[in-house]
Amino acid sequence: MVSGEPDRPSTQRTTRMTRRELLAYLAGVPLSGLVGCGSHAGSSFDGELLNPAFSIPHRLRDGWRPPPSKLPPQKHRVVIIGGGIAGLSAAWQLQRRGIEDYVVLELGDQPGGTSLSGERSGFRFPWGAHYVPAPMKENEPLVQLFQEMGVVVGQRDDGEPEFAEQALCREPEERVFFRGRWIEGLYPHVGANEDDLRQLERFREVMRDWATRRDETGRRMFAIPMSSASDGDAVRKLDTISMDAWMNSQGFDSPRLRWLVDYACRDDYGLTLDQTSAWAGVFYFASRLQPGSDHSQPVMTWPEGNGRIVRHLAERCGQRIHCRHAVTEVRDRGGAGVLVRAVDAGSSTTVEFVGDEVIFAAPQFLAPHVIDDWQTSGRRLTSFRYGGWVVANVFLKARPQESGSEMCWDNVIFDSRSLGYVTATHQTGRDHGATVLTWYQPMTDDDPRVSRAELMRLSWRDWADVVVADLSKAHGDIGGLIERIDVMRWGHAMIQPRVGFVWGGQREAASESLGRIHFAATDLSGVALMEEAFDRGVRAADRCFGGAVG
Amino acid sequence: MIQRAPNYLLYLNVLVIATCGLIYELLAGTLASYLLGDSVTQFSLVIGVYLSALGVGSWLSRYVEQRVARTFIEIEIALALLGGLSAPLLFVAFAQITWFRIALFGSVFAIGTLVGLELPLLMRILREHLDFRELVARVLTFDYIGALLASVLFPVLLVPSLGLVRTSLLFGMLNAAVGVWGTYLLRPLLSTRGLGALRGRGFLVIGLLVVAFIKADTLTDWTEEVILENPIVYSKQSEFQRIVVTQRQGDFQLHLNGHLQFNSKDEYRYHESLVHPAMTMADTAERVLVLGGGDGLAVREILRYPGVESVTLVDLDPAMTQLASEFPPLATLNEHALSDPRVTVMNRDAFVWAGEGESQFDVAVIDFPDPGSYSVGKLYTTRFFQLLRRRLTSSAVVSVQCTSPLVAPKSYWCIIHTMQQAGFDVRPYQAAVPSFGVWGFALAGMQPLESDRDGSFLIRNPLPEGLHFLDAKTTVAMFDLPADLARVETNVNRLNDQVLVRYYEQEWGAW
Repeated sequence: MVSGEPDRPSTQRTTRMTRRELLAYLAGVPLSGLVGCGSHAGSSFDGELLNPAFSIPHRLRDGWRPPPSKLPPQKHRVVIIGGGIAGLSAAWQLQRRGIEDYVVLELGDQPGGTSLSGERSGFRFPWGAHYVPAPMKENEPLVQLFQEMGVVVGQRDDGEPEFAEQALCREPEERVFFRGRWIEGLYPHVGANEDDLRQLERFREVMRDWATRRDETGRRMFAIPMSSASDGDAVRKLDTISMDAWMNSQGFDSPRLRWLVDYACRDDYGLTLDQTSAWAGVFYFASRLQPGSDHSQPVMTWPEGNGRIVRHLAERCGQRIHCRHAVTEVRDRGGAGVLVRAVDAGSSTTVEFVGDEVIFAAPQFLAPHVIDDWQTSGRRLTSFRYGGWVVANVFLKARPQESGSEMCWDNVIFDSRSLGYVTATHQTGRDHGATVLTWYQPMTDDDPRVSRAELMRLSWRDWADVVVADLSKAHGDIGGLIERIDVMRWGHAMIQPRVGFVWGGQREAASESLGRIHFAATDLSGVALMEEAFDRGVRAADRCFGGAVG
Repeated sequence: MIQRAPNYLLYLNVLVIATCGLIYELLAGTLASYLLGDSVTQFSLVIGVYLSALGVGSWLSRYVEQRVARTFIEIEIALALLGGLSAPLLFVAFAQITWFRIALFGSVFAIGTLVGLELPLLMRILREHLDFRELVARVLTFDYIGALLASVLFPVLLVPSLGLVRTSLLFGMLNAAVGVWGTYLLRPLLSTRGLGALRGRGFLVIGLLVVAFIKADTLTDWTEEVILENPIVYSKQSEFQRIVVTQRQGDFQLHLNGHLQFNSKDEYRYHESLVHPAMTMADTAERVLVLGGGDGLAVREILRYPGVESVTLVDLDPAMTQLASEFPPLATLNEHALSDPRVTVMNRDAFVWAGEGESQFDVAVIDFPDPGSYSVGKLYTTRFFQLLRRRLTSSAVVSVQCTSPLVAPKSYWCIIHTMQQAGFDVRPYQAAVPSFGVWGFALAGMQPLESDRDGSFLIRNPLPEGLHFLDAKTTVAMFDLPADLARVETNVNRLNDQVLVRYYEQEWGAW
């Protein structure tokens, strides 16, 4: 098992990189490749460096305590802490089951958490999570949510939901820039030899097998949400090795296949092949397959990514969402309910809420800092580790020149540190002229010389250089087309399913309610997915009815 | 020693390089007038730039002080490479870049400079061995003979039989041969050091040009030469596509991205077939929508009906609609349709446009390009047709161009089935358009379309005056599909699964 290891201190670094070396390393280009982007020719663009609102939690972590409240506490049936997908889904479920009396306390300026999205110059674009694989019929609550949103429009003969055409990712869906040109699809098949293709086929067979097999209790080995799938020894065993080790044990040594799986791990978990638990690696592929099928579930997406789901859920909550509210204390007062104390970041005053039940729909790493009884609960969070991400929205005044390929929704650059970009206008049908590209790069911490703290010190200009250098690998002319680059740095964006985390015990324990405090966030599933956050939220809401506490 | 070489060999040398030099100039001039139009301007400019570059080259020759023979050979090899590849590279450049003129005149200038260096250097080499008076007379004589030879061969033999690209490559090879030959002929004047490398480079260039010569067909596939059967009279790279108009005798042709859109000789067959069945079928045809069709020719047909109150034309490319209203041959052909007060032009992507507005239409005429790419393919999806339905009155009629049912039956029927899936009552029909072959259309109704008692097409409203192709009988006959255009099973084209683009690629790729 991997212990929770903090960022390596800078003294351990073998050699210290200069700022420019660090940038070149991040962009995956030679030093000379950085010249001429942000700081030189064609750099008439500007932009800003954005941060999710974390100043109050950081101050709390450092020992600061807010002033006492001057007003009597507001009483509610349920107080939900956290306005991301988990918290909003909990609210959705409460309302469906008849509880209207709840509040949602959200730290940021707007709800959404890591499904945040933005709007500017007539474009909508994601700042984080941006797609959901279409749910299967077994995931009933999620199918219902999508029905409500008009995304599920009917039912097929086999009982599977029928999705609205415009919500499914439009063709051309994805392409990879490989050996100087774009190739349709994600697998770089150009120049693949017979063995490569055999391994790809065998890999698919193995995943199909995992998608089809069921355990002795009849549950699928892998399914979404993961709580509906097997927790038997067969899947637990996978969690004891890395995806890298698993692929080796299966004889999967084709470099292209390994790149594809590594890309998948970086894309969904922000981890490299050797950092990812084999359980999570197999989950990525097998959970999206219908049993017996060879085709992954289609992908649903919107111009603003999962921000569309956030908007729908938030509209249902209406005035019950309180943004810019940083929770500082949660105390179970027995018969007097659970007290939730928060700082209104706008007025810097303390406000108090009392709920019969509380749903803690924020990441676990915040729990020890705010829940009074947490220290005596005997829980441990040492294996909960979160990955950082950098997301850039690149505003273009025109499209780059393409030869023989059309811009896709997902555009991946082979052998790049980044995950490439998604095109925010893709789903709108606007195929010409100005657009916004959303560029993603996980901080995989795979090089001890690069610490997260160091990354957080980089300036907007530095990141703009990295983004331009990376995009220029595939689009030589992009420098002159950029009007603006905004960069968001997520310090603790996603739970990391490292080896041993998912079935190591801490996650399962953390999922249990603490008296009348019920937990809901995607980290409790071990994988950061919209469907998992939704499932955790819905089930936490159900616990408010279910006598978790007498 | 050099005197031992027969004199005629030296003069043959002069003849070849003179011919090559003029061929490069002619190539550039021809290419420029084909691609950019206005041959008088293009030829004047090319000749001017070329001659001035010759002067620059001659002047530069004074700075060559040592190793004159070696420099001469180096220049031959460089010229072989640059001149030989000039036509293929310029074709590619025209297709790929926006600063084509800079590439064109840059290469003309570079070639001119190198050619300008040749003769002064050669004369200096020969000066030691020949009487100067004799030398000047002979060299210049052969130079001018070479020029004559080139100017006769070029239009009579070379362009018709080899085309521009292969002519360019062939003369590159000759140029390189002169260079390699020079390493033997001028051997006494060359030092042994590096001689092998020099020859090696010469042979390498010849090899390269030979390979290019053999592979030239692949190149011309994706360059413009395919359509150079007819001279280009207009050419523009717009933000969205490359617009080229060619002319042949009295007729002209419009090409978008190298695909023929119409030929003025027979476009009336296409546009009458596209427009009139829908117009005669509609209960009312006051507000008419045209999607695509920026050439204004469908609008011309629509305006033949006095009952039409407004025509809304939605075409992506302002360069196209501007051409249709301002380029005299086209504006004449469409009878200034886009300047008619009833016509409103909107330069929008029809997909986005359909989803945004509210206004409704009685008749829609859809004249998009063939679904050769996903960005066009989306305009033939169930989603698009559903969006379109929102913009139509409850009794509206739609007609659509659907590529060739003979060449691409799956593509054709896929469009029909997709429209049916979107809820339209659809009638397939076809017409012969010589420039295209057998062409397919679809007539679609929001309500079930009425038929004649015997099931044939019913002309509900009279056809207008002035048609060249359609009369009542021909119109009815278009809906009678011959056996080789019979229906085939296909999937439906959806945004997330654009089977149509794949059918189209397969079928037209195999044709």
